[in-house]
Amino acid sequence: MDGNSQSTLSLGGRLGLAWRCFWRILGQPAFADKINRLSAGPTPAISAPVVPKPAPTPAPAVPPERLNASGLLVLSLLQREGRLIDFLQENVASFSDAEVGAAARVVHAGCQKTLTDHFTLAPVFKESEGDAVTLPAGFDAQRVRITGNVAGQPPFRGTLKHHGWVATSVRLPDVSAALDPRVLAAAEVEL
Amino acid sequence: MSRYSIGIDLGTTNSAVSYVDLQSAGARGHEQTMLSIPQVTAVGTVGEKALLPSFLYLPNDQEFPAGALALPWDKQRKDTLVGEFARSHGSKVPMRLVSSAKSWLCHAGVNRMEAILPWQAPADVRRVSPLEATARYLSHLREAWDHGFKKHPLSEQEVVLTVPASFDAAARELTLQAAQQAGFPNITLLEEPQAAFYAWLEQRGESFRKHIQPGDVVLVVDVGGGTSDFSLIAVTSQAGDVALTRIAVGDHILLGGDNMDLALAHTVNQRLIAAGKKLDAWQFNALTFACRQAKEQMFADETLAKAALAVPGRGSSLIGGAIKAELSREELTRVLTDGFFPQSNIGELPKTARRTGLAQMALPYAQDAGVTRHLAAFLTRQAQAMAAAHDSPVEVAGRKFVHPTAVLFNGGVFKAGTLKQRVLAVLNGWLAADGGPAAKELAGVELDLAVARGAAYYGWARHGHGLRIRGGTARAYYVGVETSMPAVPGLEPPVKALCVAPFGMEEGTQADVPPQEFGLVVGEPTRFRFFSSSLRRDDRGGVMLEDVAGNDELEEAAPIETTLPAGEGDAGRLVPVNLQAAVTEIGTLELRCLEKGGPGKWKLELNVRMKE
Repeated sequence: MDGNSQSTLSLGGRLGLAWRCFWRILGQPAFADKINRLSAGPTPAISAPVVPKPAPTPAPAVPPERLNASGLLVLSLLQREGRLIDFLQENVASFSDAEVGAAARVVHAGCQKTLTDHFTLAPVFKESEGDAVTLPAGFDAQRVRITGNVAGQPPFRGTLKHHGWVATSVRLPDVSAALDPRVLAAAEVEL
Repeated sequence: MSRYSIGIDLGTTNSAVSYVDLQSAGARGHEQTMLSIPQVTAVGTVGEKALLPSFLYLPNDQEFPAGALALPWDKQRKDTLVGEFARSHGSKVPMRLVSSAKSWLCHAGVNRMEAILPWQAPADVRRVSPLEATARYLSHLREAWDHGFKKHPLSEQEVVLTVPASFDAAARELTLQAAQQAGFPNITLLEEPQAAFYAWLEQRGESFRKHIQPGDVVLVVDVGGGTSDFSLIAVTSQAGDVALTRIAVGDHILLGGDNMDLALAHTVNQRLIAAGKKLDAWQFNALTFACRQAKEQMFADETLAKAALAVPGRGSSLIGGAIKAELSREELTRVLTDGFFPQSNIGELPKTARRTGLAQMALPYAQDAGVTRHLAAFLTRQAQAMAAAHDSPVEVAGRKFVHPTAVLFNGGVFKAGTLKQRVLAVLNGWLAADGGPAAKELAGVELDLAVARGAAYYGWARHGHGLRIRGGTARAYYVGVETSMPAVPGLEPPVKALCVAPFGMEEGTQADVPPQEFGLVVGEPTRFRFFSSSLRRDDRGGVMLEDVAGNDELEEAAPIETTLPAGEGDAGRLVPVNLQAAVTEIGTLELRCLEKGGPGKWKLELNVRMKE
């Protein structure tokens, strides 16, 4: 209802409306407030006795499961090959170490396969953990986290505690857009 | 003009595609040019892999959601599933899974053009023929190629398709038909052990001359997922250069790496049953998978005395449902190394040396799991055959078996160094006992991919770039001729065998026309019994062998037949014909009837089934 749009009212009709509004604005403060809000900006329709809409139409924004589809995909890959979700969802407290260990082999072998199939991983530092390393000025603070006695200015000298990991390539499979990414593992029903 | 030479390894359990740019001047060396094959790896998920599992799953209409089986080049696909997901899902629904189509393709006991697979599936499951299944795998490979090389469609490239050396004329013909059905107009067939040897040549480059010299005899031992295949390649000297000749191939043995994993799983399973734990089919599959991993782990690390196996529960309770077991070094050695590669003597032959193929309907799996015994049979039989021939390609006089001087291994089974060492040790034991020098290993081929790579390299080498292996057909072919004798009740007249195609026919040649005449009735089908021999090296076209029933050098194949088209008013006329054989440039055998004293010429069809 901005000023540029075509009105369904004729000039005479608009004059009549203006005349009626003039007297109601003078006589009814509540009505004056509504007209004031209407002219100030595109607020939703006047709360006249219009039939209320049953539900707001969903926004065309991407739903969260689509936005995070690749994260869900990685979870489903780890479950498919390595049963990772089954493992993490189970209560390990009730089993012996030997039983957990046996299952861990399944999880380890499968998840490792998933990892090597879909990602290439490399350490941030080629040096062995425990080696002395030097961080020059302007070192990549994303790739290196400094801990302990953090004082002074680089270059920093320290000991490599964890060599870090970087994914140097990612090869995720293509998934049909028709599928619901929230299904991490389909139920199985044997006939 | 073709831009690429494409090599396709259509394996019993896995297929692979390699390619060489024909415009490149040099060989690829160690560079890998394998086609990444997009395939459905899970519902609605497409991944690229170098290997396409040769499995076909025929889904139920309601089974998967829409778009679940879509491929990058066919978003609407819903009735065919080939590759990784076909294998993994099919293991849970075996009645809809087609596997080992290649073994069925060379099984003369069934009609290979009839929709019989999945074998013994219930009536409401859609079925396909072995030929159709093969065509579907090839179609998938063609589509994958065309998807990746849009400017160079596969139909315009040179394609080399590999077949087992032991494939007979009918199986080669069927492979060719499947390729044509799948849209491959220009193909050449190449034997798999030869392809593996080409891959070795390519890897070595010119330095191969340091490893093999004239006088060498190379034994190729190719143990794939489902079959074992042996070939002998002789190295000779010709006009100052090295010449290579494939001098013999073995019988078709349905015995491979898959049998080995199964054998381990059965061994462990028996122990579990004794302990009161019963596995269902799905868990048994998981156990087989775990055994394969344990095997690889123990072969890689000789110090491990045992490996733990865990069969996960099928339900969401992973730990609670898991079954634990272990595989010991002693079991691995007993079942696998000693079971499949026993330290046998050269005189020890497999329990059932050859398949008969007549009475069996299901796949004729090898009765004897001893690969080394099959190898002994191959080497001794070939030595006898060569000794009987007028010009033996290698020295066999006074020897119990053909003495190889080098061994080339192929097939994923031999990733286990232990098994290579075992085969070499057994072979060298035989050689030492027979007064021969030890054979050495020709190392360096990539065991899973060598056949596809070698095939692509062969296509490139054919353009005058490198050595080629000669050899021609590895069998002689015969038609059965009934002898005329007075009818005796209950006694079938003996059948003689007429040689129509001699051993060693090269591609693009035809054999002499034997003088024997046959009478063909116009308009009526005429059938000939059909035999082959990988041992009779000297028979020329026209040679007649007495009584095929008592000749164990002959192997009967499915019959061949023809129907002379009836012209106007000559139905029922008797036409005298001679038979002629030719080997096509593609590498298939063609038999023709030539009208005696006339222009008529008809092709004989290699039948697809032994008996109606």
